[in-house]
Amino acid sequence: MALKPKIQVENIHKSFENKQVLKGASLTVYEGETFLIIGRSGAGKSVLLKNILGLQHPDSGRVLIDDTDISRLNPSESKRIRLKFGLVYQGSALFDFLTIEENVGFYFYQHTKMKRARVREKVRDMLALVGLKDIEDLYPYQLSGGMRKRVAIARAIIYNPEIIVYDEPTTGVDPISVDKIVSLIEGLHSQFNITSLVVTHDLEVGLKIADRLAFLLGGRMIFEGDTQDLEQTEDKRVIQFLEGSSKGPIQEMEV
Amino acid sequence: MITLIKRFEEMFQYLGGIVLFVKDTLWWFFAKKRKLKTLLREIVVIGVDSLPLVSLIAFFVGIIIAFQTAYQLKQFKSEIYIASLVALSLVRELGPVLSSLIVAARSGASITAGIGSMKISEQVDALETFAVNPIDYLVVPKFIALFVCMPLLVIYADCLGIIGGYIVGSTKFSLPAGLYFQLTFDALGVKDIVGGIVKSICFGSIIAFVSCFEGFRPFSSIDVSRSVTHAVVRSFILIIICDCILTALFYFI
Repeated sequence: MALKPKIQVENIHKSFENKQVLKGASLTVYEGETFLIIGRSGAGKSVLLKNILGLQHPDSGRVLIDDTDISRLNPSESKRIRLKFGLVYQGSALFDFLTIEENVGFYFYQHTKMKRARVREKVRDMLALVGLKDIEDLYPYQLSGGMRKRVAIARAIIYNPEIIVYDEPTTGVDPISVDKIVSLIEGLHSQFNITSLVVTHDLEVGLKIADRLAFLLGGRMIFEGDTQDLEQTEDKRVIQFLEGSSKGPIQEMEV
Repeated sequence: MITLIKRFEEMFQYLGGIVLFVKDTLWWFFAKKRKLKTLLREIVVIGVDSLPLVSLIAFFVGIIIAFQTAYQLKQFKSEIYIASLVALSLVRELGPVLSSLIVAARSGASITAGIGSMKISEQVDALETFAVNPIDYLVVPKFIALFVCMPLLVIYADCLGIIGGYIVGSTKFSLPAGLYFQLTFDALGVKDIVGGIVKSICFGSIIAFVSCFEGFRPFSSIDVSRSVTHAVVRSFILIIICDCILTALFYFI
């Protein structure tokens, strides 16, 4: 089977004021795979993600989604590309002034004229899929961190996006919830076969779910390949990260 | 010297940012129709909830002006004119300025804090990934609410202030109600009332633009508190400058 590239990042650079965050990062995510971007805190993961989503634009280089360069799009095309993505943010980013139902059904309330009862029904099904029920009328602050994360996942997949992006899906969640979320991510992936992009510094969780991965360090990719390539790599920086050691070529200087 | 140039540069960047922000807001304002329900929600939060504080302050300011003018007018034995003076100073000046300072401190600060905390918890980014423009979704309803509420609040404040003045007039100087309100309406011209309303609309827009713009600036929680301070201080400064310009303008036309 010929693999079709879904997301292509080509040699992007991005600086803020006088700090260069991305120095030529490239990667390719193929359709239907779970791709992991891993790196230390502050390595530029979030900036890379924002560039992929089109929330920021690179200073040089380009980002292609389904072979479309996202830097020059008219508003309607850009809306179409945006809605190919479902986003699960690090802090869940649920709208705190809306109920869970309004959060999960946000897409339908904003972009369709669907009847409220119908949206409610869809929301209930989606919440059941992520293992939650009877919380439609609560507000996000009334839920635990792990539940909020699952609501965020429900909100991101309810409109059948082609790519689902998880930004640090397990940060700030207790170990049992981590396990639930990991199996949820795996389940969704095998059930719908959507392309998943996971950004994390949690290697243990990442390796459980990833088909392929890229290692971001100092604004560049120092590794891209599948999990077997990772075992065979001789790059000392990657090995140091895998071992979680403070001794090695990666020092504070390079952050 | 270099820091001074840098300060000026920053100031112009800020002003430029606000101008672009106003342009975007107006663009979205005309771009689409809005649901009455969302607007009503904002109107309640911004306008209706401000009523108690505005009532309290307007009422007492009415009483205070009445006493202060009576103190002066006593020398000419013409305390009867407190009615006209209370009405004119409230409708032309104090009503719009005090109400908008109250709204800037109360609703403006809460708008900035609200948008700011949405910004730092990635809710603003989340809106964008849902292909919903944050200016369209967050700013325009607040702008409309302030545009509608400010004039109403000001008229309300004027009325309560006048009632405050009447209480002083009737109890201390035993002016009959008919005479007091007669004098009040005689003193007020159309120009005074329209001038006050124009001022209130301008001040309301200033509050909307400054507090929403400040809301989008923070990157961390410490920035949120700074932004709230900036929003209130800058709204106050711009309101007073705008008031000065408008008062001068109304004087000459």
